[in-house]
Amino acid sequence: MTAPAIELKGISKAFGPVQANKDISISVQPGTIHGIIGENGAGKSTLMSILYGFYKADKGEIWIKGTKTEIPDSQAAISAGIGMVFQHFKLVENFTVLENIVLGAEDSGLLMPSLSRARKELKELEEEYELYVDPDKRIDEIGVGLQQRVEILKALYRKADILILDEPTGVLTPPEADQLFRILDRLRSEGKTIILITHKLREIMEYTDTVSVMRRGEMNATVKTSESSPEQLAELMVGRKVLLRVDKVPARPGKPVLEIENLSVVDSAGVERVKGIDLTVRAGEILGLAGVAGNGQSELLEVLGGMRVGTGTIRVNGAPLPLSGSGSDARSRRHAGIAHVPEDRQREGLIMDFHAWENIGFGYHREEIYRKGVLLNNAALRADTEAKMAKFDVRPPNPWLAAKSFSGGNQQKLVVAREIERNPDLLLIGQPTRGVDIGAIEFIHQQIVALRDQGKAILLVSVELEEILSLSDRVAVMFDGKIMGERPADQTDEKELGLMMAGVAGEAA
Amino acid sequence: MDFLTLIQVLDSTMRMATPLLLACLAGLFSERAGIFDIGLEGKMLMAAFFSAAVAAATGNVWLGLLSGVASSLVLSGLHGLASITFRGNQLISGVALNFLASGLTVLIAESWFRQGGRTPSLLTDGRFNGIELPFAIGPADAAAADRPLNELIKEAGPIQQLYSELISGHSILVYVALLFVPLTWWVLFRTRFGLRLRAVGENPAAVDTAGVSVQGLRFAAVGICGLLCGIAGAYLATGLQAGFVREMTSGRGYIALAALIFAKWRPWHALGACLLFGLLQAIALRFQSIQFGGFTIPVQVMDALPYILTVVILAGFVGKAIPPRAGGQPYVKER
Amino acid sequence: MEKMPKWADVVLIPVISLLLAALISAIVILLIGESPIEALDLMVEGALGSTNGWGYTLYYATNFLFTGLAVAVAAHAGLFNIGGEGQAMLGGLGLAIVCLYIPFPHWSIALLVAGLGAGLFGAAWAAIPAYLQAKRGSHIVITTIMFNFIAAAVLNYMLVNTLKPKGSMEPATGRFPESAQLPSLHDILAPIGIEFSKSSPANVTLFVGIAACVVVWGLIWHTPLGHEIRALGKSERGAVYAGISPVRTVMITMLISGALCGLMATNNVMGEAERLVLNATEGAGFIGIAVALMGRNHPFGVFLAAILFGFLYQGGAELALWTNIPSELIVVIQALVILFTGALDNMVRMPIEKIFLALRKENA
Repeated sequence: MTAPAIELKGISKAFGPVQANKDISISVQPGTIHGIIGENGAGKSTLMSILYGFYKADKGEIWIKGTKTEIPDSQAAISAGIGMVFQHFKLVENFTVLENIVLGAEDSGLLMPSLSRARKELKELEEEYELYVDPDKRIDEIGVGLQQRVEILKALYRKADILILDEPTGVLTPPEADQLFRILDRLRSEGKTIILITHKLREIMEYTDTVSVMRRGEMNATVKTSESSPEQLAELMVGRKVLLRVDKVPARPGKPVLEIENLSVVDSAGVERVKGIDLTVRAGEILGLAGVAGNGQSELLEVLGGMRVGTGTIRVNGAPLPLSGSGSDARSRRHAGIAHVPEDRQREGLIMDFHAWENIGFGYHREEIYRKGVLLNNAALRADTEAKMAKFDVRPPNPWLAAKSFSGGNQQKLVVAREIERNPDLLLIGQPTRGVDIGAIEFIHQQIVALRDQGKAILLVSVELEEILSLSDRVAVMFDGKIMGERPADQTDEKELGLMMAGVAGEAA
Repeated sequence: MDFLTLIQVLDSTMRMATPLLLACLAGLFSERAGIFDIGLEGKMLMAAFFSAAVAAATGNVWLGLLSGVASSLVLSGLHGLASITFRGNQLISGVALNFLASGLTVLIAESWFRQGGRTPSLLTDGRFNGIELPFAIGPADAAAADRPLNELIKEAGPIQQLYSELISGHSILVYVALLFVPLTWWVLFRTRFGLRLRAVGENPAAVDTAGVSVQGLRFAAVGICGLLCGIAGAYLATGLQAGFVREMTSGRGYIALAALIFAKWRPWHALGACLLFGLLQAIALRFQSIQFGGFTIPVQVMDALPYILTVVILAGFVGKAIPPRAGGQPYVKER
Repeated sequence: MEKMPKWADVVLIPVISLLLAALISAIVILLIGESPIEALDLMVEGALGSTNGWGYTLYYATNFLFTGLAVAVAAHAGLFNIGGEGQAMLGGLGLAIVCLYIPFPHWSIALLVAGLGAGLFGAAWAAIPAYLQAKRGSHIVITTIMFNFIAAAVLNYMLVNTLKPKGSMEPATGRFPESAQLPSLHDILAPIGIEFSKSSPANVTLFVGIAACVVVWGLIWHTPLGHEIRALGKSERGAVYAGISPVRTVMITMLISGALCGLMATNNVMGEAERLVLNATEGAGFIGIAVALMGRNHPFGVFLAAILFGFLYQGGAELALWTNIPSELIVVIQALVILFTGALDNMVRMPIEKIFLALRKENA
């Protein structure tokens, strides 16, 4: 039997009081695709960062191709033949593809010889692995799919034979993802070893040879993929049986609450992000907006929430709302009965350094109930926070803690509590469960459905198709700033939506 | 204004532009690597003092230059320590270093020379003197003809005036500063170091994951910045003037910073911007008040003009300046 | 999870930073060939040993209260106002115009109106960089620095060409009328039987400064505007999400900050000099940076830090008088305080955090 390509023995790593990795051991055979699956925060990325020399393990050994190897920095990882494709690409945006590939792997002090050699070698690599990309294009001129190819080429140019990919499909359309897996397949057949980190069961089941499951910093199991089932892996991942479907009664849609007509958004760089869309959300229904990240959903949510300007018409309960100028800010939107759980709770929904009680008033701080003349009624805010914390089971229930001291799930509960308890007519909610633990996901989903059942309109934006399908009553798909189609949630599936997300138009809805 | 006056103003422009240019290129290296530096002023001031002090004590201007550069490098090291090693606020660090230089120079000057915070005036050997290029009319010709130099120049033809006044007769540091423009361009865009330097100012994570030390690159950039600020300061005290006086940089570090923004962090454009600001200073120096269509522009307006212009540039009325993307932010590895 | 108790962050770290700055200053004094112990003795005696010393210390402290608060208010909005010097200069100009051209029946009304003029001018001087930052994204640090230089030119022009009394060579205004002169601490304390030095410049504006501390404290932590200022300072995206206009908030914050700097003129121009001279601010705008950093941007911290720097300035002046140590030593100390409490904060903080973490593990 050949030596494993990678063998980790008893790896432990703590960040302050947080134990990110606990005594982890795995072994990966050469020429295979090995999946590592786990929830957000399970410690997958930390483990791979240790393997790539980003962090030093507190304890444990790394063996590469049968020899014990110290990996104090990325340089050591590269010389050991390890290449890494990060979730957020590590590319210099205003450099060309070629410059990015050469960066850090130049032959000599002068640039020109390195670049021309790299150009030649790149051509060979492209042909060998069918990884075509124009070397003279700047990174900010090419799409994410191609950017990912550049990352893979970077690794191959450095003669990597072990390739780690961290959540590689998060930003890809389903067809782009399929293409990526064809490339990975090809790399495997050339004898490369691939480690695939993901939280998507489907990818694991379809493409990996073996799989390890991580939970709360520990390695729970390593199994042959062919000998396991999605249910078994899911249970290992979360530690108990999960409900994949949300229990809910059929919706009884009422009058339209939100009407969008010919809405367009141009961003600060002058790019048109939303291209004249029409949408209607009715009272008592959840409209799920699916799409790969970066296709205009975020901008749509922001313009509705008063965080951006746009053109076109939006009406709430029949009354038109301005899309630019005075009265188009987030405060006016709140007055119009719109509540907004933003996509990024750490940068938008919460002020991380504020106490929980300050965050409960955030956005509503000028409301009468939190005022005492010209002053803020801090005591009222604290009392209100305690009540909301109790109702939404926020832990620890201490209004004086800073938002950053709560876990992701509890942070999200603070935001959801603040917005839902305003009893809005329309709730905008973006990525409601990103980085949230399973328990909190269930709770938040129930709250959203409960709000619907009170006859409120809900616009849900999520990049998780599973979440869209299980929560929504109707699903619309956004691609390249346009609505590709709408479907009742019970009359569609991941495959159809996936095609629409890739820009293949569905039949007119 | 006659031709000779124009030439003389341009000549003065060159002299005034030199410290600006050196400081501007210094800032360019630092900011291209992602380290903001509003401490150019302090580094120049420190170098001005130490170069003048050592030149005064030893009578050797080269030793002066060396000490000036060394003192500027010490401040650079502190800035690096604060903003690279300890990931502190780069602006605050710059402010602190400016005050440190402002206080220390006078403190040490008082302790060493007791002349009210200045160094003794430098004699010929303690200064960088003008280099006379071949065929130019210079002091030697004046001595040979036993006539004042300005008379000889006045009598010469326009080409000779241009050559002798504007091109010839500057100290070596002026030519060095000019040489640094193509050199900077070449280093940035034609060498491995330059590629990495620019990358670290745009996306340090890309450099880090490629196995290159972000800290090392940034320290190198900050070091070059210190070197160039050192030369700039030394030129101020031993080339442009003959000795150190308190606060002698008088905001040049900030004007250089403005020029850098105006130039959008590009070497050749930096040369243009610094020449423009140099011209303003030269005009203010030569004409105390300017008549402008029956309207007198007071001297205070001329004094304030570089700063006003900088604000106008910063306001983006003359093109939008986009700084290096990672500028001002300490690099922290992503989890 | 907090890494260490709040008191360590608020008290321990500034104190350690201060000690480091003091240590290095002591070394500098040694290198000059003087004794740091004697120097400290002299400073304490000169600044705190008599009501005259206290009078100067409190006078300087009053200046720093205003500029320190100004920097702190701006810092809460994430803005670094280095323009305090220029704003204070313009404040002086506004105050001088009010005092010279409007007759007042009583000093209290004079203080009120002159303070208004000073605040308005200071705010106006901050308004342009604020507008450029808010609307055009011009870096406020650079623009406020530029505005310091421009302010000096404006003041120079006004004093030389407009405000200088006829026949005078000095670029300064004439003396303000009697009714615009403020009562000194001596005048205030005498009726209640406290003997305070007659010649020291501390005056009634000390109480204005203390009142400003209280007002700023209330503004920042007990009003919706303060909530908005702090939210903007932490996250601009968050502010936009909450319906807080960054443009409006930046403008208001900087107007408050500029007005506070302008108000300093009630102390140094109206209370002490009783006329406007060229270099009236004496760098107090910059000292505000050190005071705000040292005081952790909290009005009470600013109050303590202002007293400390008042002590340093008065003590430094005494040193320059009696020893060979020039008063620029204080600039060095100020630089070191900014360096340690601002830029090198992590150098001091990280080891202390480690100690607290180790202690906690031991207890656990």
